[in-house]
Amino acid sequence: MNHGTSLLWKRRALSSLSSTRRGLPKEKMSENGMMSRPKVLTIDTINPTVKKVEYAVRGPIVQRAVELERELSEGMKKPFAEVIKANIGDAHAMGQQPITFFRQVLALCSYPELLSDSSFPEDAKSRACRILNSCGGNSMGAYSASQGIDSVRQDVARYIERRDGGVPCDPDNIYLTTGASDGIVTMLKLLVCGEGATRTGVMISIPQYPLYSAALAELGAVQINYYLNEEKCWSLDIDELQRALNEARLYCNPRALCIINPGNPTGQVQTRECIEDVIRFAAKERLFLMADEVYQDNVYAEGCQFHSFKKVLFEMGPEYSETVELASFHSTSKCYMGECGFRGGYMEIINMDDDVKAQLTKLLSVRLCSPVPGQALMDLVVNPPQPGEPSYERFIKERTATLSALAEKAKLTEQVLNTVDGISCNPVQGAMYSFPRITIPEKAIQEAKKLGQQPDMFYCMKMLEETGICLVPGSGFGQKEGTYHFRMTILPPTDKLKILLNSVKEFHQRFTQQYS
Amino acid sequence: MSALQEISLNIRNMKQLEYSVLARRTNQIKDELKKGVKKSYREVIDVSWGDPHRAGVKPLSFVRQVLAACIYPQLMDGDKLMVDVKQRAQMLLRACPGGSVGSYCATAGVPEIVERVSEYITRRDGGVPSHPENIYISSGSQWALTNILKVLVNSEASPRTGVLTPVPCHSTTILSLMALGAEVVPYYLREEQGWALDVEELQRAWGSAKEVCNPVGLYVINPGNPAGYVQSRKSMQEVIRFAAEKRLFLLADEVYQDCVFGEETEFVSYKRALAEMGSPLSDTVELASFHTTSKGLMGECGLRAGYVELVNLDPAVMKHIYSLFSADSCAPVLGQFALDVMTNPPQPGDPSYPLYMKETQHIRTSVAENVRRVEEVINSLPGFSCQPVEGGAFAFPRVFLPPKAIETAKELGMKPDTFYCMRLLEEAGVLSSPGSEYGQQEGTYHIRFCIMTPSEIMEEILRRLSTFHKRFMNEFS
Repeated sequence: MNHGTSLLWKRRALSSLSSTRRGLPKEKMSENGMMSRPKVLTIDTINPTVKKVEYAVRGPIVQRAVELERELSEGMKKPFAEVIKANIGDAHAMGQQPITFFRQVLALCSYPELLSDSSFPEDAKSRACRILNSCGGNSMGAYSASQGIDSVRQDVARYIERRDGGVPCDPDNIYLTTGASDGIVTMLKLLVCGEGATRTGVMISIPQYPLYSAALAELGAVQINYYLNEEKCWSLDIDELQRALNEARLYCNPRALCIINPGNPTGQVQTRECIEDVIRFAAKERLFLMADEVYQDNVYAEGCQFHSFKKVLFEMGPEYSETVELASFHSTSKCYMGECGFRGGYMEIINMDDDVKAQLTKLLSVRLCSPVPGQALMDLVVNPPQPGEPSYERFIKERTATLSALAEKAKLTEQVLNTVDGISCNPVQGAMYSFPRITIPEKAIQEAKKLGQQPDMFYCMKMLEETGICLVPGSGFGQKEGTYHFRMTILPPTDKLKILLNSVKEFHQRFTQQYS
Repeated sequence: MSALQEISLNIRNMKQLEYSVLARRTNQIKDELKKGVKKSYREVIDVSWGDPHRAGVKPLSFVRQVLAACIYPQLMDGDKLMVDVKQRAQMLLRACPGGSVGSYCATAGVPEIVERVSEYITRRDGGVPSHPENIYISSGSQWALTNILKVLVNSEASPRTGVLTPVPCHSTTILSLMALGAEVVPYYLREEQGWALDVEELQRAWGSAKEVCNPVGLYVINPGNPAGYVQSRKSMQEVIRFAAEKRLFLLADEVYQDCVFGEETEFVSYKRALAEMGSPLSDTVELASFHTTSKGLMGECGLRAGYVELVNLDPAVMKHIYSLFSADSCAPVLGQFALDVMTNPPQPGDPSYPLYMKETQHIRTSVAENVRRVEEVINSLPGFSCQPVEGGAFAFPRVFLPPKAIETAKELGMKPDTFYCMRLLEEAGVLSSPGSEYGQQEGTYHIRFCIMTPSEIMEEILRRLSTFHKRFMNEFS
């Protein structure tokens, strides 16, 4: 690991450390003896909602992991040979290979002189030409329209129609975004208004992907927690939705319901019946539905199938399909592509008022446009090689290999973790993570409290120091009071994953012993 | 009825862009042209954005070769690419987890690139030190600006947070401020003095602002957009002193710093100007300065990469800024690679240097010539005048619309300069944008168009514009 990298992290970490030591900045004497005034921006004067923003996936445990990497590279002795970042859903970082066809087309788009290079297949070249023709000045370096390149949105609409067995999709309802996160945050910005008892409330699952809690905190919206049922494989209970909603109505104005399917961090794949129930609930309670479906190709467990909210909505007939407002999100970062660094994504918006759409357009224009290479990549994802085309066989081979490796690793993870006393792991039905429940001895809980840490953060920090494995504590995602979890990705290559899981097992046993 | 009938008032208050009506008509015209409808032009020339590639400027070869190699490393086998292209691509890929452009990277950017950006800044500023931990790479400079504004603007506060912004000012920042619930406090640039920034005007604006809001920020654009001024050092020092005296956070939008024309004109960064003023100003005035890969010679708008450098901020505040950026994951990696090339271009002796020099020289000469021609042509037309374009990507000439034209516009429910731009589009096939989009002194009208185009295109634009303008002025005289 590069020295420069770790040095940078150290400076950032230290600069925040020293602030806590210093407490609030005081007036100080400057060099010429003059009293300098306090800063314009201090902890007291900054936007108060910003202080509540946390994003556990890139939080303090990751900063410590990077420090450890530096120490290792400087030759410091550790009980492990490398730090493994199993905290973030980044497939390529863990060695997953990109899809060749996608990279060929994008290389051609970047440097069109390569179109005369005979080593590129014809179908890659024709895709590249089509994309470039839709770009201003035939360059990926031109801005696109704020809503995204027209021809890409049309291709996305056709993909959605195919995926959903013919349910029509209007390209006008498609928005290309900077990853799915950008779309999600933009929709939340649009929804949040009111004050006091009329302040917008947004229902999110616990556990949840902490982008939602971060966005809601920053917007000053009310976060309404509904608990997924761990005993029933993290299933969603309508009764629980109702409970959460009824309570929330007392102090805010609930307007939206967010659901992640397949789930993050929990990995559950919702049944069709459950999706129908959620839609009925949203219709009855007049809630805007936000369906985060970025893991739609990551479905592993037998008997599980991805059902898009849009498809189910339309199959429930006009009573629902013409009234329920829905935004569904997808991304180039997950599934079999794993192209996180391209920041490609889209959202499809159903049944939104034209007036509200106009407001959405205004909001999007502030971003100018989403990265054009990400839009181009999304075009390839929704428009992959077809049977008969030169790149088809290789594409299918690569996609199948990636998805089946993930399925294998999902199973392996569940199996190994469940052999450990004090760790209990629900089946990883989909997505990219395991979220096992861990039993933490009382002594350790007390120790954690003394340090001012959440017990599972204490546990994960210890694991990091002793094994080099970086996970994210369950407290970063939300969990039932008194329960503890961690989120670990299933992404490392199978061999490495086996070693990892074993290290986790051994650590847990040691930890339990130590604090018994 | 929609569950979303209630929308944040801040969003409702964001003004609708004049651009949208012009863009819609442009699409229709393009369709009509495709269908063979006869017009006096065969294609629409779109110079409404600061988008060189859209206007016909070619991407620089070196950066695109590096990007292609990073996306598809098999390209580096054999001798297809120059040695320095391969070396750069390999260095960049090594800096990414898993050696792939598809991985996420650290929140503030690929650390090696952030280091190199900070070294670039130090070189640019004649040695004034720049620290990597104060730099965040983002998906375009506006994204970073929005994040900094989020920290600055307290939408719950009463009185509201105010930010002084220039008139004219490009619309994106204004929209951002409105969306966040900030009070936009306009200060007028002096057109007759080449769009100079008058401290007295700042004082007036600030004084009037105190009645209605809590002014906390001062936003300056240098070089300007839409007006093409480049601030003098003296003017910048006045601004810095003003910010210090009134305790304002200085937001310096410097994305056009590489677009400076004329032999006398020099870009000095606010950071450098601040540092040269010495203590106590240099270590107290809080500053955020923004740059991007979208402008300058590279013009890579679509890749979405920019950065903010933060100066003299409280470390506790920096911690929260980090959290804000972390929820965005990271900036697009390809854009970051382009940023690396921008800040570390080929050097004399490098195999790619001759071509790089040729391409960049060509762009520089064309744009300088465009500027000369624009000033020459516009200033020779009656009812049209253009301040010297010292920098930036646009010309922002003033149109002296005859009263008849203004009335006709009003009858059509259009702003007078939008009316002019619409007619220019219909009759001459040139898409520009109206001054009303950016703000202007009451009773004055302007249009903005991009001058970073190939020379032949600029000649064509000026030809069409001259013909149209004379006819228009005649029609409404």
